[in-house]
Amino acid sequence: MSGPMIEVRNLTRAFGPVTAVNGISFSVARGEVFGLVGPDGAGKTTTLRMLCGLMDPTSGEMRVAGFDTVTQTEQVKDHIGYMAQKFGLYGDLTVEENMRFYADLFGITGQDCEDLMANLLKMTRMEPFRARPAAKLSGGMKQKLALMCTLLHRPQILFLDEPTNGVDPVSRRDFWAILYQLVKDGLTVMVTTAYLDEAERCDRVALMHQGKFLLMDTPQVLRESLPEVCYELRGDDMRSVRDRLRQLPSVSHVELAGNSVHVFLRAGERETELFAAVPGASFRKVLPSLEDVFISTVRNAGAARDAA
Amino acid sequence: MTPHENTVIIDKLVKRFGDFVAVDDVSLTVKRGEIFGFLGPNGAGKSTTIRILCALLAPTSGVATVAGYDVAREPEAVKLHIGYMSQKFSLYDDLTVGENIEFFSGIYGVPRDIRDERRAYALRMAGLEEKEQTKTSLLAGGWKQRLALGCAILHQPPVVFLDEPTSGVDPLARRAFWDLINELSHAGHTVFVTTHYMEEAEYCHRVALMYRGRVISLGTPHDLRKQLRSDTLPEPTMEDVFVSMIEREDAALAGGKS
Repeated sequence: MSGPMIEVRNLTRAFGPVTAVNGISFSVARGEVFGLVGPDGAGKTTTLRMLCGLMDPTSGEMRVAGFDTVTQTEQVKDHIGYMAQKFGLYGDLTVEENMRFYADLFGITGQDCEDLMANLLKMTRMEPFRARPAAKLSGGMKQKLALMCTLLHRPQILFLDEPTNGVDPVSRRDFWAILYQLVKDGLTVMVTTAYLDEAERCDRVALMHQGKFLLMDTPQVLRESLPEVCYELRGDDMRSVRDRLRQLPSVSHVELAGNSVHVFLRAGERETELFAAVPGASFRKVLPSLEDVFISTVRNAGAARDAA
Repeated sequence: MTPHENTVIIDKLVKRFGDFVAVDDVSLTVKRGEIFGFLGPNGAGKSTTIRILCALLAPTSGVATVAGYDVAREPEAVKLHIGYMSQKFSLYDDLTVGENIEFFSGIYGVPRDIRDERRAYALRMAGLEEKEQTKTSLLAGGWKQRLALGCAILHQPPVVFLDEPTSGVDPLARRAFWDLINELSHAGHTVFVTTHYMEEAEYCHRVALMYRGRVISLGTPHDLRKQLRSDTLPEPTMEDVFVSMIEREDAALAGGKS
């Protein structure tokens, strides 16, 4: 099909007095990796569940793989894979038995099933572990198995809810290498995460807060989007440096990280005051991290709301 | 204890479980007030090392002292001088915030005459002054985590162990938590943190990367990243460091075998 794989217009979902998702609109193109980032309770999981046809919206429209999520739920389900935070694997069953179980659920049988399983096991390098009970797999391997089970019916769109929580960096990188390979073959991916280094791996990211999108763009553009200019300074006793810099009128905020601080100079301010505050120090202009952008944006949104 | 004194000293530490060497000749020291990050994939030996440092597990050989006490010879003294907080917070959900603090004050043997003061400190630190009567189960993740940290330091331990403390917590709560850790460090507590998140490793003064029972890399996050800098990778992240050190180690092992 042509056109966007996911199209969302004015999506809203209320639970009694709480509006979990509040009028969001976006679209995701085929082969795109779209990240949804935000604090707990921002509305990420609710959004995913609605897109998967597991929950109806209060208002708004959603088309997934060209189908309406409310009136064509079954078609939507045929075209998507959903990997929930606690994906249901059977600990007593082996890797292969878990996969056969899900294949059965999807009605995939015979040679088709054998070929698909062989391909997935090869791609994820899980072949040597096919006879191991799921309960005995490491965290990273469990994620891979869950991913394989999600892919058995050849979905066109994959929804992943915080897929690598508690998984170590090597396994996480492995997991993403597999995703990129799938994306190259035309899969569209939408992923939620609370970790900004994970968000950096997406083509496009939306920052969600209290049911709304505060920002949406590529990670690079987002990192360049802060009105403040960020300087890094490293050395000993950065805590007292932070406390001193916080007092400066030209400084919006200062973040301490180990042996370094990130200082955010207000838009339009000169560096003179900042540089004079720590004589002899070498300030280095750096691009803020996605986490810096996220925290500033959420704080500013909070301040704007309090002022209103 | 004087400033700059080493509060954690590990010397040629080994722990074997049968044929398996979980900790393989590890030596390192951590200074007073330092925030020390302990990284590594699952099964690298991090938890075993921390259990030994908390005097919950005896080493096979080698020496470890924590806050001046030998973990093998003075385990009870070690336990009185450390705080421990795990990713699965050990709080009682059906107790109120205040009751949890009271409970842990008892467990840690906080003297009666300073209990009120320590309780006030923990509440203030966690930002829970208004929520003393709230049932713990009703707190959001970030609050719970700060309460757990508050409870872990009621007895003013010189060394605090945090085992994946911010797992499943959102970025704002995580940064607030790290502000707290910085305050603890400034007050002289040594903080030993394990984490899988490399952006968190950046918050540490120094990090050690553990793999197959050994420390394969040790330094400030900045220095470790600098070592990896190259034309193809001008701005390596901590994750790049982590992955490349482990690949190097695997390659060396494979080379040694052939």
